[in-house]
Amino acid sequence: MAVTGLVLVLFLVAHMLGNLKIFTGAEDFDHYAHWLRDLGTPLLPYGWYLWLQRGALLVALAGHFWAATVLALRARSARPVRYAHRKKVQGSYAARTMRWGGVIIALFVIYHILDLTTGHLNPVGDPTRPQANVVADFAPERWYVTLFYTLAVAALGFHLRHGAYSALRSLGQQTPQGERRARVLALLFAVALSVGYLVVPFAVLLGLVS
Amino acid sequence: MNLTLRIWRQTGPEDKGRMVTYPVEDISPDMSFLEMLDVLNERLTLAGEEPVAFDHDCREGICGMCGMMINGNAHGPQRGTTACQLHMRQFTDGETIDIEPWRARAFPVVKDLVVNRTAFDQIIAGGGFVTAPTGSAPEAHAAPVAKADADAAFESAACIGCGACVAACPNGSGMLFTAAKVTQLSLLPQGQPERYTRVIGMVDSHDDAGFGGCTNAGECTVVCPKGIPLHTIGRLNRDYLAATVKHTGRS
Repeated sequence: MAVTGLVLVLFLVAHMLGNLKIFTGAEDFDHYAHWLRDLGTPLLPYGWYLWLQRGALLVALAGHFWAATVLALRARSARPVRYAHRKKVQGSYAARTMRWGGVIIALFVIYHILDLTTGHLNPVGDPTRPQANVVADFAPERWYVTLFYTLAVAALGFHLRHGAYSALRSLGQQTPQGERRARVLALLFAVALSVGYLVVPFAVLLGLVS
Repeated sequence: MNLTLRIWRQTGPEDKGRMVTYPVEDISPDMSFLEMLDVLNERLTLAGEEPVAFDHDCREGICGMCGMMINGNAHGPQRGTTACQLHMRQFTDGETIDIEPWRARAFPVVKDLVVNRTAFDQIIAGGGFVTAPTGSAPEAHAAPVAKADADAAFESAACIGCGACVAACPNGSGMLFTAAKVTQLSLLPQGQPERYTRVIGMVDSHDDAGFGGCTNAGECTVVCPKGIPLHTIGRLNRDYLAATVKHTGRS
């Protein structure tokens, strides 16, 4: 869970930083998208780096799902008779929404790929003009897309908050001060990443990027 | 105080079990929770009914025998307290209180509120001991222990094995118990020779006993009557990682 999660987190950071290129202009953004395909040439043929990265991410995702499924199944079988009266979990909201939050994020990622990678669900859907795709995607009249995106990013934020903290614990964080630090770090990281992802659609919505 | 109790009644391991409602009257707020159950049981016995079975021994909060889910809280609403040390002043007159046994596959119900916690013994048998005969308490200067380590080991050693961590865990995991029993030895010189075989053995026994996996939800530490901190599990994780990565866990 922790190791595969950290691989996915590295991707999230890179993806967010790439997204922010939208603020430096359409040309820059499109050039960045092209560069991703060009990365690794001439060692690798054109576009191969991206496929390698997609492959690695898919492996990490599969491992993440597998570990989550094993944990969920074990949890189910560990308590065959449920409590008649069970208080809401006293731990954090983030911790108890890990499983369903994860499912929401997975569904969003499928939509997100169909939208902005393959272009099937995008009003422009032109792979050579990624910036135009993004701008068309979050146009004010398509507010429901922005809403879904926002909800998914919020789910991601909660997932990261508990996920990052829990990963540090799984990898051996073991002191009280370390725990406090891990909690703060996880919270800051989750907020920073969520904000980083949300500024793009809202900038488009408010007409700051066109 | 007059209260309505809804208590899990189950005649034996094979019985399906059900919640049964009992009104209790004239309860003093200064009674402990178990004394309140004693009052109910006296009345049930006089009426020729089967009294409610529940585990208890010292009633001083140090033996770890008592334990029940009270209104969905392991050991009731007061933190850092076992059910026997919980007083009725924590409840309000006229309240309905739900009382259930610990729920876990590894803790099958024996009768009513009594569960079988042999699974904890299995975890201990998996490595929670020091093989070498260490004799009686050593002279304090013979084996120096850093104060921080001694404190942390003592904090873990405070675990009374009541099972509240398992009962409260959304995953039905017994990792807080296992971690406490691992670290009380792994931080002390006597525990070093078997440090890495111990952690592997105990986690394997934990999993074999049918407990769920830990997801660091943090429920356990909230309800723990001895306040075993959550980062104890981090100490276990670190030993487990060292044992698996360096293969020091194979004897």
